[in-house]
Amino acid sequence: MSDINKDELTGKPTTGHVWDGIQELNNPLPKWWLTVLYACIAFSVLWWVLYPAIPGISGYTKGVLGYDQRKVYSEQAAAAAEAQKVWIDKISASTTEQINGDAELLNFAMSGGKAIFNENCAACHAPGGAGRPAFPVLADDDWIWGGDLAQIEQTIRHGVRATTDDATRMNIMPNFGTDGVLTPEQIADVAAFVMSLSGEKSDPAAAATPESIERGKQVFADNCVACHGEQGKGNLELGAPNLTDSIWLYGGDAKTITAQITKPRHGVMPAWEGRLTDAQIKMLAVYVHALGGGQ
Amino acid sequence: MAFIRQEKFETNSILLLLGIIVTVAIGGLVEIVPLFTIGETIEKVEGVRPYSPLELVGRNIYIREGCYLCHSQQIRPFRDEVERYGHYSLAAESMFDHPFQWGSKRTGPDLARVGGKYSNDWHVAHLIDPRSVVPESIMPPYAHLMEHQLDPTDIAEHLKTLKIVGVPYTQEEIDNAAADLAAQATPDADTDGLLARYPKAATGDFDGDPAKLTEMDALVAYLQVLGRMVDFTTYRPDYAKGDAQ
Repeated sequence: MSDINKDELTGKPTTGHVWDGIQELNNPLPKWWLTVLYACIAFSVLWWVLYPAIPGISGYTKGVLGYDQRKVYSEQAAAAAEAQKVWIDKISASTTEQINGDAELLNFAMSGGKAIFNENCAACHAPGGAGRPAFPVLADDDWIWGGDLAQIEQTIRHGVRATTDDATRMNIMPNFGTDGVLTPEQIADVAAFVMSLSGEKSDPAAAATPESIERGKQVFADNCVACHGEQGKGNLELGAPNLTDSIWLYGGDAKTITAQITKPRHGVMPAWEGRLTDAQIKMLAVYVHALGGGQ
Repeated sequence: MAFIRQEKFETNSILLLLGIIVTVAIGGLVEIVPLFTIGETIEKVEGVRPYSPLELVGRNIYIREGCYLCHSQQIRPFRDEVERYGHYSLAAESMFDHPFQWGSKRTGPDLARVGGKYSNDWHVAHLIDPRSVVPESIMPPYAHLMEHQLDPTDIAEHLKTLKIVGVPYTQEEIDNAAADLAAQATPDADTDGLLARYPKAATGDFDGDPAKLTEMDALVAYLQVLGRMVDFTTYRPDYAKGDAQ
């Protein structure tokens, strides 16, 4: 530093720096400000000692507290698991039928099932299982793959047409139109017949007549009954929907039904085994079963 | 008292510049070098592989559309996040991301483990019109992705470029890039080679239109692989490594 001079005008000391004849006054920082600064520095030194901080070539200082964010998480998760253990163990050891029959266990499973449902299932099936176009309603008694507890659990566990699960529910309706199994006329006839099964109003544009419905009945008998049944009431084991109940996954108008016969859409549900724990899947099954349509 | 007179630096800009460079270099060495030398910066885990060509194209679309502005890809080690999204993210999971997509804001949910959570149909319906499946969503629609077909001609160059920055694409993968790109999104295509090169890749038609290879195919393929690569059965966190087995 240069010699400390005094500024003639103000009488204050200067830093001794002079630029083009202009001097810089030496105004020290306020005491409170400096105190805060030094306190921060002291705090950071304390932090370095207590927490992981200073990197080296092959590692870093771990701090005397041994803090590790992942370890803290695992302890919290373990504590939460411990708190629920009495219930989770019971659920793991019970079948969904047993859970459903035990009021206390059911109460716990319903709360857990609801949280799991809203995070994982509601995106497709809507909160409360209200369903969305192309995603089945879970709150009614119309089931594609079965609505008893065991069937629901099976569907959640292994999904439907899930590519990641060998035990998934698998059924592929043939492309009756694009693979040339049926002619467009036959498809129009059978679509008219399918609509008549549930008493859907026939679409004038589809030109359904009693004759076409009669022809469609024969086409149906030749091609569709293997899965959908002679009465068109479907088959839960094959995942063949009931065609007589006016509940449609993709739509009950002539255009949608024709499209579905010509080149069917195939919904996919992910398999949740592995993603959810065994107890979570059981809670979910009980919850879905209770949404309104459980059998 | 300074060892070198402050006035010398203040009156000599070259000296000042050198002084700044030396100071910043020390800071850089201390902060950056250890990241390369500390072995546990990126955990050693099984299963993480470079993106398949289709996933890579999807990732580029993800970046182009700015998805990272509203969606993070980083599950923090907090109980609430892990219970909602799944296992907390590992550095190894984004080691082939250039740049990584951790994000810093969640207007929408975290996507680090969205792969396999929803069906392709759901993703397509949601991207075309988010409110058709999530009524309360404020996400903009991305229906235009259905209209843009992919151009597979430059994908091999993409792989080569990433190889320069350290993504271990093999020559075989680069040679087959365009074919793999098409095979992954084509139903009933021969995917043996693809799956050998990129295990766990989801295959088939993603966008509901098997005739076309669209940006929707690519983006959904990318979303469907997020978070699915790591084999957590072999993962042990650092703090547990010292424990007796």
